[in-house]
Amino acid sequence: MESHCLKRPTRRQFLSSVAFAALAGSAGGAVARSISGEPPWQSGAADPPIQVRPGGWMFFTADEVSTMEAVVDRLIPADELSIGGREAGCVLYLDRQLAGSYGASARLYTAGPFLPGLPTQGYQNAETPDQRYRLGIASLNAWTRDNKDGKRFAELSGDDQDAVLKDLEAGKIELPNKVNAKAFFNLMLSGAMEGFFADPIYGGNKDMASWRMLGFPGARYDYRDHVSKHNQPYPLPPVSIAGSTEWMSR
Amino acid sequence: MTTILPRKDVVIVGLGWTGSILAHELTDEGLDVVAIERGPWRDTATDFNIGYVQDELRYAIRKDLFLQPVTEAMTMRNNTSQTALPMRDYGSFLLGNGVGGAGVHWNGHTWRFWDTDFQIADHLTRRYGAEKFAELQLQNWGVTGAELENAYDRFEYLCGISGKAGNVNGEIREGGNPFEDPRARDYPLPPMQMTYAPTLFAEAARALGYHPFPTPAANMSEDYINPLGIAMGQCTMCGFCERFGCANYSKSSAQTTVLPVLMKKKNFELRTHSEVLHVDLDASRTHARGVTYVDTSGEEFFQPADMVLLCAYGLHNVRLMMLSGIGEAYDPNTGEGTVGRNYCYQTNSGAQVFFDDKNFNPFVAAGALGQTMDDFNGDAFDHGGLDFVGGAGINCIPTNGRPIQTRPTPPGTPRWGKDWKQATVDSYKSTLSFSAQGSSYPTRGNYLDLDPTYKDRFGRPLLRVTFDFPDNDIRMASWVAGKMEGIAKELGGRQYTVSPRKKGWDSVPYQSTHNTGGATMGTDPRTSAVNKYLQSWDVPNVFVVGASAFAHNAGKNPTGTVGALAYHAADAIRQQYLRNPGQSLVSA
Repeated sequence: MESHCLKRPTRRQFLSSVAFAALAGSAGGAVARSISGEPPWQSGAADPPIQVRPGGWMFFTADEVSTMEAVVDRLIPADELSIGGREAGCVLYLDRQLAGSYGASARLYTAGPFLPGLPTQGYQNAETPDQRYRLGIASLNAWTRDNKDGKRFAELSGDDQDAVLKDLEAGKIELPNKVNAKAFFNLMLSGAMEGFFADPIYGGNKDMASWRMLGFPGARYDYRDHVSKHNQPYPLPPVSIAGSTEWMSR
Repeated sequence: MTTILPRKDVVIVGLGWTGSILAHELTDEGLDVVAIERGPWRDTATDFNIGYVQDELRYAIRKDLFLQPVTEAMTMRNNTSQTALPMRDYGSFLLGNGVGGAGVHWNGHTWRFWDTDFQIADHLTRRYGAEKFAELQLQNWGVTGAELENAYDRFEYLCGISGKAGNVNGEIREGGNPFEDPRARDYPLPPMQMTYAPTLFAEAARALGYHPFPTPAANMSEDYINPLGIAMGQCTMCGFCERFGCANYSKSSAQTTVLPVLMKKKNFELRTHSEVLHVDLDASRTHARGVTYVDTSGEEFFQPADMVLLCAYGLHNVRLMMLSGIGEAYDPNTGEGTVGRNYCYQTNSGAQVFFDDKNFNPFVAAGALGQTMDDFNGDAFDHGGLDFVGGAGINCIPTNGRPIQTRPTPPGTPRWGKDWKQATVDSYKSTLSFSAQGSSYPTRGNYLDLDPTYKDRFGRPLLRVTFDFPDNDIRMASWVAGKMEGIAKELGGRQYTVSPRKKGWDSVPYQSTHNTGGATMGTDPRTSAVNKYLQSWDVPNVFVVGASAFAHNAGKNPTGTVGALAYHAADAIRQQYLRNPGQSLVSA
């Protein structure tokens, strides 16, 4: 393997065998290079996900955690089918997502001007998901304080929480700080569902609870022995990218 | 300051399906070829790794393999009375990024368009009269189905397509598609083993007198070694196909069919993470000198070359032509200009049938494993008494049971809470979905140009997409939905829904990454940007290869035709162009 600074590249350099010629460095680790002679292969080039470990909060404050735990437990209630959103780790999932590139809209187009759009044009505001959660949760609690006997959302009864969430979903509540109630509800709903149904490595879907509930086998990747078994239940429990709880010693 | 690099015979912009095929063909011809790719190198072991590729959040929701809007967004509006705004996240369509391009994350449906597509204006005029499609801008492609047969065949054998021929040299074969054009031989591999849902769908369709057949799939039904000597493995029906790379070497892509051979060639070089800014023309604006690109350091390079092949995604090909001044931009007010003309999409409708007593195991799936019927596609049926042209393939191709996105529930189900959960569990395994993939025909007002306001990270204007589903296509979708309803009823089940495509293209929900046109091929330089060999009418040493060349979109996935056009262009370059380089292969 050869490496060249190609400020003034030569034909020889470009044609060198298996040349991983770093044209220049960059902050993101993505570096332009010239490749010829072989398909490149480097050990350690694979990029597996980093497993979320519980413990501490990286984005949410304690007050935000209690609000979000109440929300996800109403969206995904505990019942005979599965554990609820709180126990499944949906808030932990969201915390780590919001502390990461998702929270900052790092992969999206965020240049202005920001103009009000039509529904067919999608989200057109400048706020990133981390800002939307911060302001949205505060606005939700401000609204319940003003309209529900000074209580925070988490302090309401389950039925009252459901009623508030339904009104948010329908856009019947006007939240302070110009927060769009419907849009904020949809943001929380999609976040909770992602956490509940994503691979457990991201902090939610504890013990693959949602996958067991549905009968989704997860990361198994080979169903050739079952494809012709029409209308017959698949016999094996799910596995995660990180493995299966069944494989671990108890 | 721009660094001037040593000359190459050929510079290729983008190393996806078409770039890889053309690079392979032209290096075989002995030419010195360089490909310049905006994204990273990608390969199976490192980037579609079997230890973690089954990650719905990362690849399907966060779209890890796709072009990110921060790199290049597009603006959209439904018509010229609206102000286009940027799609801040891609939704309706998801574009590829990096080596392999959109061919990494496709599903593998591999179709041939029909002769009645390529000669659509002539054909429809003969059959119904030109008045029948006066509201549309339909035009011939300049080629015939027979001319492209061999190119389709080569792409199918490169890929190892699993399928069942319906028409071999005019002989109709039971179990295949009786509406297809004659092909010289059967598919390289037999059809895939059917899962339960498409099996039931085919039974229902046959009971109604229709002609279902196994969808031609770039998912391997058996192990396969292609004509380049590259081996692929049998598909395991993992259910992580579209939006994912394949960890099993079971889905055809540039990585699994071309690159292992191409990358070893001494006269080929790839430069990754290098974005072409424009094609450089000489003073006459009829000859390309090469391309200017910028790498991750921000430094600009000029790559001189005798030929420039635009092999990016179709939409990017069109934008690069506009940014480079190749040809005249299309003006929807006058109908003049060709670059940006005849942008088309796909007119899809959906249906769901909810059962109580079935277990479809939706996670046992592959991207193209299913059944299709073409009885109502294209002009396979008589439109004489109908108020539209075009049609749709009706497909039952369940691709996955990935639960963040695939959780069907009956109409009226709440989106959360106890009742939501019960309905989700009840419906997850017992819902059969099928769809109509409808044709998309050009109109004067649907087009591509450069946005006047929004810029990319280099300060260049974004592409602006002005599109809505034409009334003709909406009428088609509505009529086909009636046929879908008949199939849904025949399937039985507790209840069903049919959702025909409605007016008002919405850029948010995913619909299809089948963006076609904008640099259409044709016989007339006033209405097409490239000739029948994909060669620019205006700058003959530039070829523009991809779905950008489609004069309209059929009710089929485009990749088979994109692959065939790559071989068609390669043949023209090898057999004709190189004898008289720089000259037009067709006189205007």
